[in-house]
Amino acid sequence: MNTAATDNLAGPRAAAARYDAARVRADFPILATRVHGRPLTYLDSAASAQRPLAVLRAVEQYETRTHANVHRGVHALSQAATAAYEGARERARRFINARSVREVIYVRGTTEAINLVAQSWARPRLGIGDEILISALEHHANIVPWQMVCEQTGCTLKVAPIDRRGEVIQEEFLKLLSRRTRLVALAHVSNALGTVLPIQQMIAAAHAHGACVLIDGAQAVPHLRVDVQALGADFYAFSGHKLYGPTGIGVLYGREELLDAMPPWQGGGDMILSVSFEKTTYNELPFKFEAGTPNISGSVGLAAAMDYLEGLGIEAVAAHEQALLQRATAELERLPDLTLVGTAPHKAAVLSFTMKDVHPHDLGTILDAEGVAIRTGHHCAMPVMTFFGLPATARASFACYNTFEDIERLLAALRRARAVFA
Amino acid sequence: MDLKDLYRDVILDHNRQPRNFGRLQPADAQAEGHNPLCGDRLTVFLRLDGERVADIRFEGKGCAISTASASLMTEAVRGRDRAAIRRLFDDVHGLLTGSGEHAAELALGKLAALGGVREFPARVKCASLCWHTLNAALAGGAAASTE
Repeated sequence: MNTAATDNLAGPRAAAARYDAARVRADFPILATRVHGRPLTYLDSAASAQRPLAVLRAVEQYETRTHANVHRGVHALSQAATAAYEGARERARRFINARSVREVIYVRGTTEAINLVAQSWARPRLGIGDEILISALEHHANIVPWQMVCEQTGCTLKVAPIDRRGEVIQEEFLKLLSRRTRLVALAHVSNALGTVLPIQQMIAAAHAHGACVLIDGAQAVPHLRVDVQALGADFYAFSGHKLYGPTGIGVLYGREELLDAMPPWQGGGDMILSVSFEKTTYNELPFKFEAGTPNISGSVGLAAAMDYLEGLGIEAVAAHEQALLQRATAELERLPDLTLVGTAPHKAAVLSFTMKDVHPHDLGTILDAEGVAIRTGHHCAMPVMTFFGLPATARASFACYNTFEDIERLLAALRRARAVFA
Repeated sequence: MDLKDLYRDVILDHNRQPRNFGRLQPADAQAEGHNPLCGDRLTVFLRLDGERVADIRFEGKGCAISTASASLMTEAVRGRDRAAIRRLFDDVHGLLTGSGEHAAELALGKLAALGGVREFPARVKCASLCWHTLNAALAGGAAASTE
């Protein structure tokens, strides 16, 4: 069994020691910002990561020298823009090791990718008696589109439960798989808890029951190398802005034979070969799913972000983040009145927590006054909050540019919060 | 931006020991308020005497700002009639958004402790949730939301 996609989180300590986070920080201009007169401590990359200069420059370069519409003109700029856009697609193909660029569909982000599969793959195929299986730790973007399909087709949504550590209970997941299961939709990494799901084995189990599998990879791609062929996913979705790229661009990977059999999702320009009032012939893959003028500069930025991350080395970044996670986990466990939410042994660098008698929202405000940016709230995963009996949590998430000093600042700010609510 | 201005002693006190916390049974009117952003939920219960709010209680879970604001609100509106409550709501709204008159602020009494909220725009909804919920209860509605 190939474990390439999951094993590199526990990267060697030596790699983490060699990693120069201070130099990485210098690549991110925004990290020099001061917030409320204090240095910015950005611990909200799971919501949106910051962009390195390489990405900003690539986008600027495109906008100032190359921009025109794609796939349309014979003039020089249009051809250059098309080359940039399609070159970025090839870059994305290599990033996830898809077989072909025909399997790489540009979308606005993970949410749009999942909705595309819901409406174009699931809706025409599913009906009464069919089941869609998700897990209890999904982001709303991997719940609501399926609820909409259930409403539209009469199929049923099933939910595999999680345990107190925030892991999907594998026996329960297996029990819920049956001949009726047509689609399994799972997060690769939980956004609220950081849990890394053993998706390779879950995909294999789903396939054994004849189900199709979609993986929400939004939280995974910045932290671990994803090989869609090794994983065996039928669909894999991710967003550019969690990967140090721009907002408004993302990728839906789909196996070619599945995408081929799917009707277009939106109609318009670029997704057609010919149009008459009697009959329209759809364009081939991947263009069939890209109606309208796309986010061209976004694709350029996304490709630059992939170059940047692979330049650092995903494994080296992952090892550094794991070192941060271990240190932060140990420190937070030492704080009185602090409870970690999500304690799976295999996690990405996400720490969800609560402080006794201090609402996460107050925590967020107090930390912000100290220049520490964290996320507070339900993290678009209300069922996860309900499971733990919490209205909300505070969440600190680490990325390639975070340092051990950031953890010290987080701890100092948490002590300040404790003092305010003493 | 000063945290001490947001988390004034009055606020911290009303968060720690919310006044008029609990249910009113029977209640003449009640409404549930929800702030989907942070998950805050509270229910306001009213006993009415004609146009007057004879008694008010609230229960729910929320941040310090929303809990203290609800607690302060119950103290401020008990015994007042609808017209007075409407004026109070306008003054509180002005206080929270920084659009109010200074004179109005003086008339707010203890509620003026919420004045620090205006420096924290992300928290205005926390402080106003209870007031929207009260309005919904007075209007005979069942639910209020900050969204």
